[in-house]
Amino acid sequence: MAAASSRKRKGKIRWSKLYSFAACFRPLTSEERPAARELIGQPGFSRVVFCNEPHLHKRKPYKYPYNYISTTKYNVLTFLPRALFEQFRRVANFYFLLAAIFSLFSLAPFSRASLIAPLVFVVGISMLKEAVEDWHRFLQDLDVNNRTVKTHISNGVFVDKLWKELRVGDVVKVNKGEYFPSDLLLLSSSYEDGVCYVETMNLDGETNLKIKRCLEASLCLNEDEEFSKFKATVHCEDPNPNLYTFVGNIEFEKESYPLSPSQLLLRDSKLRNTDYIYGVVIFSGHDTKAVRNSTRSPSKRSRIERKMDHIIYILFSMLVLVSLVSSFGSLLYLRQDMVDWWYLQLPDDNKVNDLDDSNSEKYDDRFFNPSKPVQSAGLQFIRALILYGYLIPISLYVSIEVVKVLQTMLINKDIELYDDVTCKSVQARTSNLNEELGQVEMILSDKTGTLTCNQMEFRKCSIAGLSYGGDITEVDLAASMRMNTDFEPFEFSIDETDGATRSFEPFEFSVSSFSAQNGNARLTKTEGPVIKGFNFRDDRLTNKNWIHGSNLFDITMFFRVMALCHTGIPLEDDNHKTDKLSYEAESPEEVSFLIASQEFGFQFCRRTQSLMVLKEFDPSSMKEVEREYKLLNLLEFSSSRKRMSVIVSNEDGQIFLLCKGADSIIFDRLADNGKAYEQATTMHLSSYAEDGLRTLAFAFRTIEAAEYESWNTIFTQAKATIGPEREELLEQASEMIEKDLILLGVVAVEDKLQKGVPECIDKLAQAGLKIWLLTGDKRETAINIGFACSLLRQDMKQFHLSLSRDAESNNQVKDMKEDILQQIESSYKMVCEERNKEAPFGLVIDGKALEIALRGDVKDEFLQLAVNCASVICCRVSPKQKALITRLVKQYTGKTTLAIGDGANDVGMIQEADIGVGISGMEGMQAVMAGDLSLPQFRFLERLLIVHGHWCYQRISKMVLYFVYKNVAFGLTLFYYELYTSFSGEVLYDDWYMTMFNVMLTSLPVIALGVLEQDVSSDICLQFPALYQQGPRNVHFSWSRIIGWILNGVVSSLVIFLANIYILSPTAMRENGFVADIDSLGAITYTCIIWTVNCQIALITSHFTWIQHLSIWGSILLWYIFLLVYGALPPNFSGNAFQVLVEGIGSAPLYWMITVLVVVVSLLPYFIHIVIQRSYFPMDDHIIQEMEQCYKKYDVRDNEMWVREQRNSQRSTRIGFSARVDAKILSFNQQLQQKKLSIYRSVTNSPIYRSITTSPFS
Amino acid sequence: MSLCPHMQQRLFSHQCVQACQSLPACKPVLTPGWVVEIVDRYDIDCVPESSRMDKVSYIRDDSIPKNCSRFMKVHKYMKAPIYIYYQLDNYYQNHRRYVKSRSDKQLLDGQKYHDTSSCQPVESNNNRPIVPCGLIAWSLFNDTFEFIREGAELKVNRKNIAWKSDRGHKFGKNVYPFNFQNGTLIGGGKLNPEIPLSDQEDLIVWMRTSALPSFRKLYGRIEEDLDVDDVVVVNLTNNYNTYSFGGKKKLVLSTSSWLGGKNDFLGHACVFVGCSSLTLAIIFMLLHVKYRRPYGDTSYLPWNRKSFSG
Repeated sequence: MAAASSRKRKGKIRWSKLYSFAACFRPLTSEERPAARELIGQPGFSRVVFCNEPHLHKRKPYKYPYNYISTTKYNVLTFLPRALFEQFRRVANFYFLLAAIFSLFSLAPFSRASLIAPLVFVVGISMLKEAVEDWHRFLQDLDVNNRTVKTHISNGVFVDKLWKELRVGDVVKVNKGEYFPSDLLLLSSSYEDGVCYVETMNLDGETNLKIKRCLEASLCLNEDEEFSKFKATVHCEDPNPNLYTFVGNIEFEKESYPLSPSQLLLRDSKLRNTDYIYGVVIFSGHDTKAVRNSTRSPSKRSRIERKMDHIIYILFSMLVLVSLVSSFGSLLYLRQDMVDWWYLQLPDDNKVNDLDDSNSEKYDDRFFNPSKPVQSAGLQFIRALILYGYLIPISLYVSIEVVKVLQTMLINKDIELYDDVTCKSVQARTSNLNEELGQVEMILSDKTGTLTCNQMEFRKCSIAGLSYGGDITEVDLAASMRMNTDFEPFEFSIDETDGATRSFEPFEFSVSSFSAQNGNARLTKTEGPVIKGFNFRDDRLTNKNWIHGSNLFDITMFFRVMALCHTGIPLEDDNHKTDKLSYEAESPEEVSFLIASQEFGFQFCRRTQSLMVLKEFDPSSMKEVEREYKLLNLLEFSSSRKRMSVIVSNEDGQIFLLCKGADSIIFDRLADNGKAYEQATTMHLSSYAEDGLRTLAFAFRTIEAAEYESWNTIFTQAKATIGPEREELLEQASEMIEKDLILLGVVAVEDKLQKGVPECIDKLAQAGLKIWLLTGDKRETAINIGFACSLLRQDMKQFHLSLSRDAESNNQVKDMKEDILQQIESSYKMVCEERNKEAPFGLVIDGKALEIALRGDVKDEFLQLAVNCASVICCRVSPKQKALITRLVKQYTGKTTLAIGDGANDVGMIQEADIGVGISGMEGMQAVMAGDLSLPQFRFLERLLIVHGHWCYQRISKMVLYFVYKNVAFGLTLFYYELYTSFSGEVLYDDWYMTMFNVMLTSLPVIALGVLEQDVSSDICLQFPALYQQGPRNVHFSWSRIIGWILNGVVSSLVIFLANIYILSPTAMRENGFVADIDSLGAITYTCIIWTVNCQIALITSHFTWIQHLSIWGSILLWYIFLLVYGALPPNFSGNAFQVLVEGIGSAPLYWMITVLVVVVSLLPYFIHIVIQRSYFPMDDHIIQEMEQCYKKYDVRDNEMWVREQRNSQRSTRIGFSARVDAKILSFNQQLQQKKLSIYRSVTNSPIYRSITTSPFS
Repeated sequence: MSLCPHMQQRLFSHQCVQACQSLPACKPVLTPGWVVEIVDRYDIDCVPESSRMDKVSYIRDDSIPKNCSRFMKVHKYMKAPIYIYYQLDNYYQNHRRYVKSRSDKQLLDGQKYHDTSSCQPVESNNNRPIVPCGLIAWSLFNDTFEFIREGAELKVNRKNIAWKSDRGHKFGKNVYPFNFQNGTLIGGGKLNPEIPLSDQEDLIVWMRTSALPSFRKLYGRIEEDLDVDDVVVVNLTNNYNTYSFGGKKKLVLSTSSWLGGKNDFLGHACVFVGCSSLTLAIIFMLLHVKYRRPYGDTSYLPWNRKSFSG
């Protein structure tokens, strides 16, 4: 059905002919062709493709891979070795592997099981996580691989085939809106001249459509049936990652034709504006350019994790140190004393045996061999290394992984981060960057698709000097609302509101009337059906009311420009419910103009090769009439011309030039009599620009037939020219006719921001984050968006870095460098001079200048300037530059960067940044696949960073520090005990106690802390974004904290150990006179450790849920239960722990008393620390916690102090919505003061006032 | 300096409550009890003057009788039961080589359990296994003590000095010493091969190895009260060799309370911790009164602090 209807439309228009400029590059490519032809068959250009004969590609040498794509890290076979390798690359894991190996040779002081079990557990969990993550990747691949495409099987029959089953040589038919399954050679399209339109956003981020064109020879292949006998052979280059080159030729019907990139349709790009195309698969699967281009995302580690490595190194050095002490001590004892200890029966050859030692020969204890003391000491050293291994938190990595997976689950399942439009939620694809989210200092953002929806809305216009559709901007509203609250009793209104215009004009305001208007504006916004692309409310224009306007001719002409000066085409609606048409055009801007003009009664309904048909509303007859305009010429838009014109003649034969373009360009070309509205329009322009709207000026002129004729010959001549000068000639020709214009007005379209973007940027700015905008778009657009999302504002000092024309034309790197350097230096000087003033700075730089600015010697200056600016906008940057900027910023500032983008052009940046975030709302998956996280919308970044990032940062840093503490506290007791056993390597605790320590008895509370800890609730986080600064300043994981915690661990271990041995030795511990033996002492000391470390975590935790309570107190209880159960086992299993609780220590009151005493004393240092800190050096979160507690009774939001502090916390921000509101309030206040003053003056100057004041009554 | 034990305990309970400000603990109801301890070091005095130059050869010479008498004066009333301990110093019963040298399975199953490799270097003699094997059993302490008060022998109860679980489950009821101390190298005491291991309580006590190089082990109980100024004559046999490594031997008579034996450290620690906690509490209280930071004072917030530089 759809195919049939589209075929009807085909042939209406030779679409490509509209683009008079499109062909201008063709001569250049044809020049290159001969060279390319010679390359075929050479090494690197040896690929042969038999079109429509995929079976020939099943055997060598033409066997190419299927179109199957795999992005997984492992497969079934490689998983085990590779994942194991990954695991043991970690220092700590490798250490434990060695320990486990030594345990096999009876070197270890522990039993084998107790060494191997935790290692297997830890590594197993990590590998399980890897496997699960890889499984998800596999599922994603599966999804892509199982898409279908219509493929030719035989006799002109096309059936659906899975992407992965596609082979080189297959002929496929791709319909509108579908992605190309692999790199295709375009054979023909639904258009007669064989062009098709391709969106390459996923490849290079450019949103404009690209034209691809098939060979003339293959034009005939435009029906399914044609392919039954189609055969051709393609010789082309080998697979390579270069997106913009393609060399090859095709042999078709015994003729050879050269191929160029314009026949190649790349995988991951999308067919647009074309109903269908036929193509043949040239490169498939991993040979495609898109896949070749994608680099495997580098594995990223967070700062905390990197710092954690240093902590591990510190602990390792501690370990080596105490091991050395032990081995030296052992050496000394062995040499000096141990030989005298007859009860050891040491093998002794040197000295005269006091006892006749007959056994010594057959039993040789290598650890205690007085004849080889050094060897023994060496063995003791190894044993000590294993023994004190508890200093290294083996379960730290695995706990962190578990915690991060759980954190990720919490983030992914956060209902506030769920987008109900796309039904997607946040997906953290790798879980190891959670805490990094809390330390971000720079956000590098893409524009299109990230901040904006790539959709234009017609918002305002100024016709003949009157502004329409201008309701009050959000900033004004917010400012007035806040002023009303701030100055409640202030009643001051100046009624100068012009009845004719409801628009907001500077100097015409009244504070009290704002609130009323505020309500109205809100009301009107929600009224009426929403038309996509048209967000315009003004009763003076809509509903054909413009016919009552004063400048009817200008208004009509304005609408005509809007309806005629474009390259769009109308689309027929399949269901003719309304008489409204929808349009397709090269840029969304044009679409919005067409929709707007349709709304105003100038419906563009048809276009043929040379005719444009409008349905106009005729004011005189009050009827719709259809008028035909002959399209004489079309002067194409280009970025250098910044304007576009059409020359049309109406039914009366009058020739008009209708022109739209950038305001500066148009204003330069106005006729003297065309400047009537220039002043008013300029004012409107600036106010539109301040609101972040994109503006275009409309102008026209009438051309005499004679003038047109003479010009047309020049123009046609220029068009016919072939060669590099063609472009210049064309430009000259258009220059001749685009002059003496008459200004009609301007339109303002809104590059529609995604929902919540300004608010989000505002919050992020308050949190102290810097936001850089990196876009491939042109400068004007970028600046508009900068204004729209409050990155820029009018009172901001802006620096524009760009190459001057001379430097650019010279093309001398040195000149350009000097030029840029000079600009940077002068700007930086200004920054330095005005730093103390309030006005922030904004930096706008374009791609070419950036290329220079990022070179070796200039980059430092540039980055210095950029870092000092409140906001930075880089426009026209290539994907590579985006990645480069990201890397340089990261290196130069050393700050954590977050890159966010949606397209494949952002992939480099996303991979380069510390955290890469892909927007998943759009269709392309590249950014998402490359990113560490994916968000459905930009606005979720706010909650993700300020709430989850903040929390995760706190959680992980607390967790790591606690881990260090608990292992130091435990591990050192082992060392102290060595001092009392003559360094013989005896362990105070039972093997299984020690194994249980990290795995069971202390792991759950710390996991609960890592998952559930919150300093303040999420609401408060969002209300006080300044709290986020804790992360970038790294207050929770500074070296002083780390050292502090290690010291705390040392103190705790000392207290625990010394208290125990002094209390329990040598006297009896129970009333029945029994003394504490090694087993009792071990169990008691161990109890103290369990209590201390678990109570310590209770002191750290500030957010207690039942889970925390359960895990902390449960862990302690678990220890007793374990001891009970383990002790109840027969002595064969329980060994030394047999009945130790029941019979040995449990019945001794001293045991329980020691526990209490030791726990109190060992926690005292930390307790004192937090008391002092809370009382005298409170941190921000402490205060806010207290504030929250204090005012819980009342409604928090109503509290005056609460609101005041909230505002204070936002004070220092320089960009964002709030900053703009602040600036606005400031200017309002100044204006109010002036008004007051002038009124006061006028009053005091008035004679009545004078007479009153001079009267004797006063 | 030394507080009387009673006072110590009183103080302890008092101070502990102070120390436990952060963690409320139950306060045990104390029954007053005196812990009296008499310590007598006899290792030097029990060697005749003539042999003091070479104590090691004296102790190794089996031909010399090792009898020795000591006098112990009771300073305070000692209520029965009075525990008799022998104390060894500088004796590394916790040495790894020593601790490992035993076979729990053999202790429970006797000769039925053949693998005695863990008992090295004392696992067999004349190719027959030793029961009990291992260094610990081999080096069994073998000094003996007799207590005489006013001419009458004090009854010493040497039953129930070992853990019940050890007697019941770790040392076999049907396991008799075998081939023990039969080698050329005799370590310590011998065992009566007629008595099963589960009843050899001296051995069981000795085999609960001590945690520290200075330790006491229970020898028995005197089940009569000793009055002030009673003089107890101890007839001991000084068999055990601590002379080769300079270890001390002490005889200790001690009563006990619910908290065990006499322990100065516990008292001192409690006093110290209590005092410091109290002092800190007072300091913080004073500071709090004087330089009070209002609860939820917003001036501490970073954006209100002037020095804040973001």
